[in-house]
Amino acid sequence: MSDDVPFLRLTGLSKRFGGVRALEEIDWDVRPGEIHCLVGENGCGKSTLIKTVAGVHPPSAGTIEIEGKPVLPLDPAGAKALGIQVIFQDLSLFPNLSVAENIAVENHLDRLLKPVSWKRMRESASAVLARLGFTLDLDLVVSDLSVAERQIVAIARGLVAEARLIFMDEPTASLTRTEVDRLLGIVGRLKADGIAVVFVSHRLDEVVEIAERVTVMRDGRKVGTWPADQVNEKRIAHLMTGLDIDHSIVARDMGKAEPVLEVSGLSRRGEFADIDFTLRRGEVLGISGLLGSGRTELALTLFGMHRAEHGSIRLEGRQLALRSNRDAVRAGIAYVSEDRLSLGVILQQSIGDNIMLAVMRGMANRLGLIPGNARRQLADDWVRRLAIKVPSADRAVQTLSGGNQQRVVLAKWLATRPKVLILDSPTVGVDIKNKQGIYDVVADLARQGVAVILISDEVSELFATCDRILHMRAGRIVGEAVPGEITEANMKERIYA
Amino acid sequence: MHEDSQMAAGSSFLVQLRRRPEAWLLAVIAVVVIVFSLTARDFLTLANIIDLLETYSVQAIMAMGLFVVLVSGGIDISFAATASVAQYCAALLATQLGFPAPVVILCGLAIGVALGCLNALLVHYVRITSIIATIAMMSVSFSLLMYFSGGKSIYTLPDWWTNRVVFWRMETASGDIVRVTLPIVAMAVVTLFTWAWMTRSSVGRQLYAMGGNAEAARRVGMNIGRLQFVAYGYLGLMAAIAGLLQAHRVGESVPNAMYNTELAVLSAAVLGGASLTGGIGTVPGVLLGIVLLAVLQNGLNLLGVSSYFFQIVIGVTILVSTSITVISSRPGRRHRIIAGAPSNG
Amino acid sequence: MAEPPLLYNLNNGLSDLMTRMKAGIPGAHTGLVVLLVLLVAGFSLFIPNFASVGTLQSFMYQLPLLGLLSLAMMAPLITGGLNLAIIATTNQCALLMAFIMQSLITPDSSAGSAAAVIVLALVAGLALCLLIGLATGTLIAYTGVHPILITLGTKSLIDGISIYLTRGMALSGIPDGFARIGTMTIVGVPLIFLLLIVVAVIVSIILRRTAFGVACAMIGSNIEAARYSAIDTRRVLVGVYVMSSLICFFAALVMLATFNSASADYAQSYLLVTILAAVLGGVDPFGGFGTAGGLMLALAILQVISSGFNQFGLSNYLTVAIWGGTLIFVAMAQTARPYLMGLLPSRFDGSK
Repeated sequence: MSDDVPFLRLTGLSKRFGGVRALEEIDWDVRPGEIHCLVGENGCGKSTLIKTVAGVHPPSAGTIEIEGKPVLPLDPAGAKALGIQVIFQDLSLFPNLSVAENIAVENHLDRLLKPVSWKRMRESASAVLARLGFTLDLDLVVSDLSVAERQIVAIARGLVAEARLIFMDEPTASLTRTEVDRLLGIVGRLKADGIAVVFVSHRLDEVVEIAERVTVMRDGRKVGTWPADQVNEKRIAHLMTGLDIDHSIVARDMGKAEPVLEVSGLSRRGEFADIDFTLRRGEVLGISGLLGSGRTELALTLFGMHRAEHGSIRLEGRQLALRSNRDAVRAGIAYVSEDRLSLGVILQQSIGDNIMLAVMRGMANRLGLIPGNARRQLADDWVRRLAIKVPSADRAVQTLSGGNQQRVVLAKWLATRPKVLILDSPTVGVDIKNKQGIYDVVADLARQGVAVILISDEVSELFATCDRILHMRAGRIVGEAVPGEITEANMKERIYA
Repeated sequence: MHEDSQMAAGSSFLVQLRRRPEAWLLAVIAVVVIVFSLTARDFLTLANIIDLLETYSVQAIMAMGLFVVLVSGGIDISFAATASVAQYCAALLATQLGFPAPVVILCGLAIGVALGCLNALLVHYVRITSIIATIAMMSVSFSLLMYFSGGKSIYTLPDWWTNRVVFWRMETASGDIVRVTLPIVAMAVVTLFTWAWMTRSSVGRQLYAMGGNAEAARRVGMNIGRLQFVAYGYLGLMAAIAGLLQAHRVGESVPNAMYNTELAVLSAAVLGGASLTGGIGTVPGVLLGIVLLAVLQNGLNLLGVSSYFFQIVIGVTILVSTSITVISSRPGRRHRIIAGAPSNG
Repeated sequence: MAEPPLLYNLNNGLSDLMTRMKAGIPGAHTGLVVLLVLLVAGFSLFIPNFASVGTLQSFMYQLPLLGLLSLAMMAPLITGGLNLAIIATTNQCALLMAFIMQSLITPDSSAGSAAAVIVLALVAGLALCLLIGLATGTLIAYTGVHPILITLGTKSLIDGISIYLTRGMALSGIPDGFARIGTMTIVGVPLIFLLLIVVAVIVSIILRRTAFGVACAMIGSNIEAARYSAIDTRRVLVGVYVMSSLICFFAALVMLATFNSASADYAQSYLLVTILAAVLGGVDPFGGFGTAGGLMLALAILQVISSGFNQFGLSNYLTVAIWGGTLIFVAMAQTARPYLMGLLPSRFDGSK
């Protein structure tokens, strides 16, 4: 087999679900041992493509070739036998089973009537971990592992199954910088073994850094494939959306505005220490830092869900004693969680009910009943104000796209008329067009005098929205920067240093 | 991170033990046994213990079957009804039609398995959630049984069924005769088999996997439907065995004898650490659960406490032990950010 | 290009379908109404005078106990929990009230003092239910143990206490006045039926129009998200079990009025029927959805089946079997619906 034969080649691949065209004439190839990134907005067809290659969906048209040989029709078992492994974002691990068992789970499938050989499983598990350059206690139960460790287990499982091509869906989403580096090291080893890795990622800066080639998809079609050194984030974003997204710096000097939130000496053992900052009316304060720097923990404490052990929080001059998030909301602090799907919205319930969640007690009349028209009006009002695209507020939230779901969350919190709004990674999993929409909402709020704290991993996002950026590391504030006085590249260097 | 996992593993055997419900249970049982052996005469005698084993053998066998279903991520409360139906039908075959022993036993077991598979069908193909499906099945089975039997017991069971089968007998110092009989042996066999099956066979491990994460199990290629039929079918089989043994012990087939015993068996399984959500639980744990309930009831009996009081004791025991096990197994970790070691962050 | 709708399959097609039904609200109960009408029509063919006032009246006498118990079961079901102790609570409450009335009302008590004792009994019964509800709710909210286990424990405990105190015997000696309430009618409608309607309406209003009620549904769907949205989940959970137990108080009243006695053993077989009725009526067993209206319709269906088969001379046992069968049938119909209507491909994401 010459080096020119790609490991995987798709020709004219199309997939239709009823009347919906999920994939349209895709021509794509992945070379053996290549590190390839697949990018595109939500709904562009990335996951359908992966599932089709993994044999989950039969294609409507086109061919799939592996090492030059056509392989259709393909089913999941067949794809696996050919070396295709998919690691979904949820990792598909068994939280109640041990590391060894999770890695060697394939074992269970081959030997229906014979007893399980724990020894063989452990041997194969440790062999594979050694290949990855990793040690992990084989007897630990997976639910006790960190996200990064679980990812290693998922990859190890793929190797036991003798993968030749591994798809990874958003693998770096929950990793700290060190863990990302370790993952990249592993990917390097995989490459050395001739195993190709295809990443799906929203983090365009990482994509450019990690990949050898980048493929952009949009609306079910492949826009193109480029060597990573020929593209940058801006170009990719443009290709993904067809729009020119230009973020200009909006930072203003808010020093003269009156202070709204004064935090001093705030500490919570094991999470953050000596946090001092002042937030002013109408200011947008960014908090940057790697995952694990304590930002979310700080936010949860400001929101009353955790109690600080030292220090104080003053809102408009008054000291706050927050015993629960209800106290925080009453005082005027609102928090949009980073985990939108499980903590931000209640998917199965209606949009209207989700919006009124935090304010419903105040809507009740003297009998304790919530008037129907007040309820409808609140919902319709916010649907209009935040331009949530939906024919009726009675629909369940799960019928909305990620960006619209996030607007529902915003509506819920804005309805509480907060003085301080804390946004924790608000645009994760939101496509580019909707991201801009959310930035517009933030700018609008700031103009109206609401103070905003924006926690984010994306430096460009912080630069596009904030007046000031605090940098946290290991639970402390280690720096402050003003966008414009420092470049994005410098900021990134500081963070990743 | 590496040090994290080292820390977690090395972070003492005792801490790990503290999180296991079986350990707590053993401790509680030990305390109870000590209390009773001091206060109740004849509690800690061999005769009493063997007697206890025999009395609870039927429930223990059902508990093993229920355990398998719980581990697979489902729940089934129709097993007592299944046991009764299997028992009664077998009794009919033996008395009305005079079938020989092997046929009767096989038919009884087959009925149990069939009812179990019916549950699996409802859960997997009709997609009814297991508690509702099995509640419905239980209502249907018991009601039909009571209707067709007219509530009448069958007293005339053949000798091969009701004659006591003794595997071992001995006379104790105090003149009591201790017999290890069929129910005890059956319980031991079933328990060992279930334990071996769930820890050492691939099907057993697949059941654990499915209980832990059914979606992942599907993706890895496990046949979820088949596994569910295996789990519920196994419980049906266990229920049938229990039903046949029950008739063996008491010498007659009473249609509603096992009515309302589901909750006791479920309590034992849950006390023993089986999780209602699936994927968690061990055979020793379930056994300990039964042991605790048995010991409590027996001890109170010997103390002359009215049997009415026993319900109260069960209730308190369930409340206290489930609260303790949930609270003690909560990890309660904070993100260790400042300590320097990166964590879940 | 249209985005494929996101389906977050909670591992159970029934729950999924119910959600979709709730999202498109009209028509959620039509199926039940249709079934009810068909049953009445069907039975009328075989039984003369089935759809008569007489049948309706007997129906109105038989429904309230089961109806109230089902309402008591529905409330916790909406929060994703379960209250296995409702029968035990009802029985113990009835026992307490019967005991007070029996001991304090003698044949030569004056009407006034008799009335006072009755009031005392009622207050005591109410207080007992309140206490049980608070204890149950607090345990569930603060220990995080699954409601099945907690209520299993409280059921055993309460039943145990009841049996222990009464040695299994029934308590009678209910004053005549009380017994008369059991048969009293207003405009031909039995008082106890009216009580059921009133309680059902109140429960319905609470669940749909108050912040507490909406919070119950939210907690049932996703308790963590509800907590993050500044809902006091603990307080709501305690409240729901208190509500459940308070409804048991009314059930106890009906029980006393109907049976003229109380026992630790009554109505035990109803426990599962209440769950059946709730699920039949559209309560999502996973929590988050359910209405009193749907429940009432389901109960009507069950009662019609029962009355109908009763008139055929069918044993009670067969009725329960048929109820179970009805549930299975309805569940099958709900599962089959999308296939029949061709709305969806068989499994959207195709994972097998």
